[in-house]
Amino acid sequence: MSFNYIGLIKAAVLNGTPLLFGTSGEILTEKSGNLNLGVEGLMFMGGAFGLCGAFVYDNIAGDSAVGFIAVAIAFICAFLAGVLGSLIFSFLTVTLRANQNVTGLALTIFGTGVGQFVGELMRLKVGGNVSVSNSLKSAFSGAVFPKAMQKIPVLGEILFSYNFFVYIGVVIVVLMWWFMNHTRKGLYLRAVGESPSTADAAGINVTRCRYIATCLGGGISALGGMVHTMTIAGCVWNHNALAGEGWVAVALVIFCLWRPLNAIWGSILFGGLLILYLRLPLAFLPTQIYKIVPYIATAVVLVIVSMRRRREDQPPESLGLNYFREER
Amino acid sequence: MENTHAVEFRGISKYFGDVAANDDVDLYLDKGVIMSLLGENGSGKTTLMNMLAGIYFPDSGEILIDGKPVMIRSPKDAFENRIGMIHQHFMLVDVFTAAENIILGIDGAEKLDLKVIADKVREISEKYGFEIDPNKKIYDMSVSEKQTVEIIKVLYRGADILILDEPTAVLTPQETEKLFNVMRAMKADGKSIIIITHKLNEVMEISDVVAVLRKGKHIATVRTNETSEAELTEMMVGKKVELNIYRAEPVDIKPRLTVAGLTCKDGNGVARLDDVGFIAYGGEILGIAGIAGSGQKELLEAVAGLRRIDSGSIIYSPEGKHPEELVGKSPMEIKDAGVALAFVPEDRLGMGLVGGMGMTGNMMLRSWNKSKGFFIDKKAPRELAEQVYDFLEVATPDIEYPVRKLSGGNVQKVLVGREIATSPSVLMSAYAVRGLDINTSYVIYNLMADQKKKGTAVIFVGEDLDVLIDLCDRILVLCGGKVSGIVDARTTTKEEIGLLMTSVGGEENRR
Repeated sequence: MSFNYIGLIKAAVLNGTPLLFGTSGEILTEKSGNLNLGVEGLMFMGGAFGLCGAFVYDNIAGDSAVGFIAVAIAFICAFLAGVLGSLIFSFLTVTLRANQNVTGLALTIFGTGVGQFVGELMRLKVGGNVSVSNSLKSAFSGAVFPKAMQKIPVLGEILFSYNFFVYIGVVIVVLMWWFMNHTRKGLYLRAVGESPSTADAAGINVTRCRYIATCLGGGISALGGMVHTMTIAGCVWNHNALAGEGWVAVALVIFCLWRPLNAIWGSILFGGLLILYLRLPLAFLPTQIYKIVPYIATAVVLVIVSMRRRREDQPPESLGLNYFREER
Repeated sequence: MENTHAVEFRGISKYFGDVAANDDVDLYLDKGVIMSLLGENGSGKTTLMNMLAGIYFPDSGEILIDGKPVMIRSPKDAFENRIGMIHQHFMLVDVFTAAENIILGIDGAEKLDLKVIADKVREISEKYGFEIDPNKKIYDMSVSEKQTVEIIKVLYRGADILILDEPTAVLTPQETEKLFNVMRAMKADGKSIIIITHKLNEVMEISDVVAVLRKGKHIATVRTNETSEAELTEMMVGKKVELNIYRAEPVDIKPRLTVAGLTCKDGNGVARLDDVGFIAYGGEILGIAGIAGSGQKELLEAVAGLRRIDSGSIIYSPEGKHPEELVGKSPMEIKDAGVALAFVPEDRLGMGLVGGMGMTGNMMLRSWNKSKGFFIDKKAPRELAEQVYDFLEVATPDIEYPVRKLSGGNVQKVLVGREIATSPSVLMSAYAVRGLDINTSYVIYNLMADQKKKGTAVIFVGEDLDVLIDLCDRILVLCGGKVSGIVDARTTTKEEIGLLMTSVGGEENRR
């Protein structure tokens, strides 16, 4: 029996897509010099509010519900939840200059709590599993490309068989790469993350730049939670389905060396590692140990990456540091 | 027209907490004039200029540009008024190229066309005589190149008023001369230049007028050709100062520290010190000169046991004892043997002092293991703190006051005072006077000279070549981690040392 590699790759891509959103959002945030450790919380909020939005729409619209609108509502709800969470983070760290690590951890706790609360509340209301109707589910998980393209041997399966979010994720990342490396605003953003005092002296508004990057980044990260809930988890709220996703995303940012394009293959790799135990059972390895492979890989990656010395591979120089102009 | 100065300050005041950094300053500068802004540390020079550059905003008073009152609330406003400041600590993004740094913050087409920008940079460079590669990354640049980028940055924005904050502190004499030529070219182009400096000889050389600040107040503005160094110093300090370093002829010198073949590599395998050899004698001051980052810090750290040594030997021969090898000993053993390191890093609090502790606590950092028993003995360190306080005139409300809150110069006094107090037989100090005002600097120089008279081997890493020549007996010049020469301070010249600091000249000179 030959092993189904194509199946594994497909699963890796699907599983990696939430990570792709989480990671690319955090890259945008960190490029501005804000280290938002609240990604885990943001993804929980995105998951809960995204599902909530689609669920409410489904209930109101009933049989006349349109898939496209449900997706758009889930998208917007999750994004706004992320923006809101990051707005709290930005206000605390940029305006009030609170410690970023502590604030990020607090945001994780807060966001996880809010997400769980909303999810459980919906579950109590329905008295069972929260879920949307099957027609809407297929709008979230169904393939976007026509059947004919999917039938191209090998390539069709690997490239064209996915849901809408996979391609949106790639588009966001490519746009982000182009923005950071080929536009003036992108250059300014990187300058703020490297050296806010330099950027400030050059007349760039550091506060505004950090607010915008952090809020947009947080919104994108939160989309990851929504994508996970609406595709992998099948539009069902599950208490711990998202646990750990945000942290893997934070580690992936380092793995990707803060470069958006690296996030594509990085997230597919980790998406694959997360489900490898299901696809490629190894008799001698207990499942429990197999399941921690991605986390071991994360630790190994962190060690290897921190050993690299090239200047371009270093984190933004003022990552995690708040900026205050008149500080002496 | 009447009263149209390029820049005019009227009654400018700025407070930090209760401290007046600037107090009712009236000052003006005309077009096509180079003005030196002179003052001791903490006299408010940089604060005043930061208000012109939009970093700070004055608490009262007004600033006039070309006779019109302006509000400069941010660096952007400053550019719009054609003011550009070259900061003492370079405001550059290390991982960007020169061109990328230069266009930061300038409005223009959203899509970046770095080629056009590079061409314009070259055009400016040719006009004023700079040499720069627009596509070179900042982290690959020397200090002088970085400074050039800073200057082009403000010129690119069309600045007519340039402020240079201690631009020569980090340059070799040759680079300084180049900078002065550029400044003269800019002046000929009708630009007004303010240069902040402590170095009187440079003030005399480059500027047309000199404005003196003292304790935040404007004392006087004089024409350079109508004044003298002595008069300027008196205005700066407020009293007559003896600007002489007393250098005794070394008597009865004995080898104290014999370093041979010392090589240290950093984590990347790059040799920071390469086959360094010299002898430091007791009763003599050995100066160490070199461009910033040529291995001065590494050398002192290696001797103090703070850095891994790849090969070489350091033989220490204390008075009346057998010589011993220091390589392989722990920093604690080396310290106990009598080798003291008063290292003043760029970040004064980064190494050697704990910012949150008072003077007493910091004194204790050197002697904590001396007290017996479980509880700490605070009496001795407190006495020492009081001695340092009295002798070096440390300005602190209380010796228990956190040193972090003291001004830079005072922090340095605490650090140097503590090291000297251990009465070492080898005293190493790096940049001991960095950022100190003229008065305190001379106190420290004379402390070093006193140590020498006691038979201590003093190793003095300095930045100011004039001081090195006046203070030291011999000067070792480092270049790229190698010893490019050891000269007699009594007969050498600044130019000779300057040549040795750049390796090409060093090779020629040794022949």
